[in-house]
Amino acid sequence: MAVIEVTNLHKRYGETVAVDDVSFSVTAGEIFGVLGPNGAGKTTTVECVAGLRVPDGGGVSVLGLDPRRDATRLRQLVGVQLQESQLPDRLRVTEALELYASFYRNPADPARLIDELGLGAKRNTPYEKLSGGQKQRLSIALALVGNPKIAILDELTTGLDPQARRDTWGLIERVRDSGVTVVLVTHFMEEAERLCDRLAVIDQGRVVALDSPAGLVSAVAPEQRIRFRPSAPVDDRLLTELPQVTAVTRSGTQVVVTGTGDVLHAVTSVLARNQIIAADLRLEQATLDDAFVELTGHRLND
Amino acid sequence: MHAFGQILKTETKLYLRDIPTLVLTVLLPTLVLVVLGLIPTLREPNPDFENQSFITYFTPSLLVISLAMVGVNALPTVLATYRERGILRRLATTPASPLALLAAQLVLSLAGILASAVLLAVVARFAFDTPLPQHPLGFAAALILGTAALLALGLLVAAVAPTAKAAQAMAIPVFMVIMFFGGVYLPRVLLPDFLAEIGAYTPPGIQALLDAWTGTAPQPLHLGIMAVIAVAAGAGAAKLFRWE
Repeated sequence: MAVIEVTNLHKRYGETVAVDDVSFSVTAGEIFGVLGPNGAGKTTTVECVAGLRVPDGGGVSVLGLDPRRDATRLRQLVGVQLQESQLPDRLRVTEALELYASFYRNPADPARLIDELGLGAKRNTPYEKLSGGQKQRLSIALALVGNPKIAILDELTTGLDPQARRDTWGLIERVRDSGVTVVLVTHFMEEAERLCDRLAVIDQGRVVALDSPAGLVSAVAPEQRIRFRPSAPVDDRLLTELPQVTAVTRSGTQVVVTGTGDVLHAVTSVLARNQIIAADLRLEQATLDDAFVELTGHRLND
Repeated sequence: MHAFGQILKTETKLYLRDIPTLVLTVLLPTLVLVVLGLIPTLREPNPDFENQSFITYFTPSLLVISLAMVGVNALPTVLATYRERGILRRLATTPASPLALLAAQLVLSLAGILASAVLLAVVARFAFDTPLPQHPLGFAAALILGTAALLALGLLVAAVAPTAKAAQAMAIPVFMVIMFFGGVYLPRVLLPDFLAEIGAYTPPGIQALLDAWTGTAPQPLHLGIMAVIAVAAGAGAAKLFRWE
C-alpha cells in the first residue's frame, strides 16, 4: 500500500529548477531513501511532501491527503526532522519533548521516548550541552513524539562521528520495525545501502533510478570478480565451463575469475572437487557507489 | 490552547534562565535609580526640575530603558535567533502554529515591562519619596501605547532581520534614538527645546509618561501618535514577517 505518492513533481526557485521531474511512491512500513548529491533537489522534494513548499507542477499525495489543503490533518500524522534545525540553548531534553508532545492529539510518552532513544541520562541537560549525536537523537525523538505514521528525516547523520552514525542507523531500523514508514534523505552511500529498503536516486532534479540497493547494484554492474592463488595449477577450462563464469584471466600467480550470480559458490566447489586450495581468495563486487557513477556519470560526493 | 499554554510555560522558563537579559530588561532601571539615589544632591528639590528632586524628575526616563531593552532589543533578538536556528520552521511542521510562539513572546515582553515598571515605581516611592504616578489612568494608557509602539517596532526589526546579529545591528540605532529622546542619556531639560519636543513623539512617548506621572492627563495627540506607530509598524511587521 502506497502511503506517499509523488507524480511528476516540479519546483523552481526563480530561474533555477530545483526539482525537474520526480515521481516515486513509498510503501507502508518501509525505509525509503532519497539519495543524491548536494543540490540534487532531495530536500525540496521532501519539503513538498511535508507541505512546507508548494510545488509548481505535479502532484503529491500523503496518506491520501493533499499536503497543502489538508495540512492540519497531516501535521498530526507526519513527523518531520529538518536539516539544520536546532532548539533554544537552554531548553532541556524533557522540556523539549513535553513541549512538542503538547502539540499532538495522541502523543507518545515523552519519558519513554527519552529512554528508548538513549537520552535517559541527559533528560535534564540543556540543548547546548548535548553532543552532536545526542542533539540528533533528540531531534528524531521530536519527529516521533506525535506517534506519526510517517517520519521524514532529512540528512540525519551529517556531522556525526562513525559510532554515533551507526547508533542512529540502529535506531531508525527500530522505528521502522515499530510500524512507522520512514523517508530518509541522505547523501551518504553507506547509509543508503545499509538502511534503505528502496531508494530513489535523484540527480539534477530527476529520478535516475528507483530500486532496492542490491537491485540498483546488480542492474548496473551485475559482474563479480574473484581473485585467488591456486595451491596447484588450474586448467582454465575447469572454470570456463561453469555457466556462471564469463572470463578467466591470470595476473602473475593470481587467477582472476569474472562472473555473475552465485559464481563464488560455483568456483569454490569446482576447486574443492579437484583438491585445489584457493589462497588469498577475494571477492570484488560493485558497490552502490559504482552504481551511482554508472547511473549519473559522476561520483556522489564530488 | 493546550499547545499555547505549554509554549508560554516553556518560553517563560527560558526567559527566566537568561539572567543577563532578565537583569537588563527588568532590573536595570531600578539599579540605575538606586545608584543615582545614593548621591545626596540628586535627592534634593531643585528649581531646574520644577522644584522636584532630580531623582523624581528622572524616574520616568529610566522606565524608557526597560521599554527600549525589551521592545527593540530582546524581542527582535529572540525572534531572529529562533528563525536563524530553524526553530520557527520546525514548529511549522507540527500542529502548533509559530504564531503561538510569537504571541507567547509578546506576553512575556509585556510581563517584563510591567514587572520593571512596578519595581521602579515602588522603589522610587519608598526609597526616594517619588510619588507614584499621579494620573493612574493616563499613566496606564501612556505605558500601554508606548509599549505597543516599541513592541511593534521590535517586531518590524525581527521581521526583516535574517539573523540575530542583523537584528542587533538594526536595533542599535533605533535603541539609541529611543534612549536619547527618552532623556536617558541626557536629562531632557538639558536638551534644546526642539529636541525635547521631538521626544514627545518618538516611542515610547516620554512626555505622556512624564505628564501622567506628575498628575496631568497625557495629551491625546501624544497618545495618538504612539497608537499610529504601533499600528503602522505592526502592520508592516505582519506583512514582512518570514518564518524562515
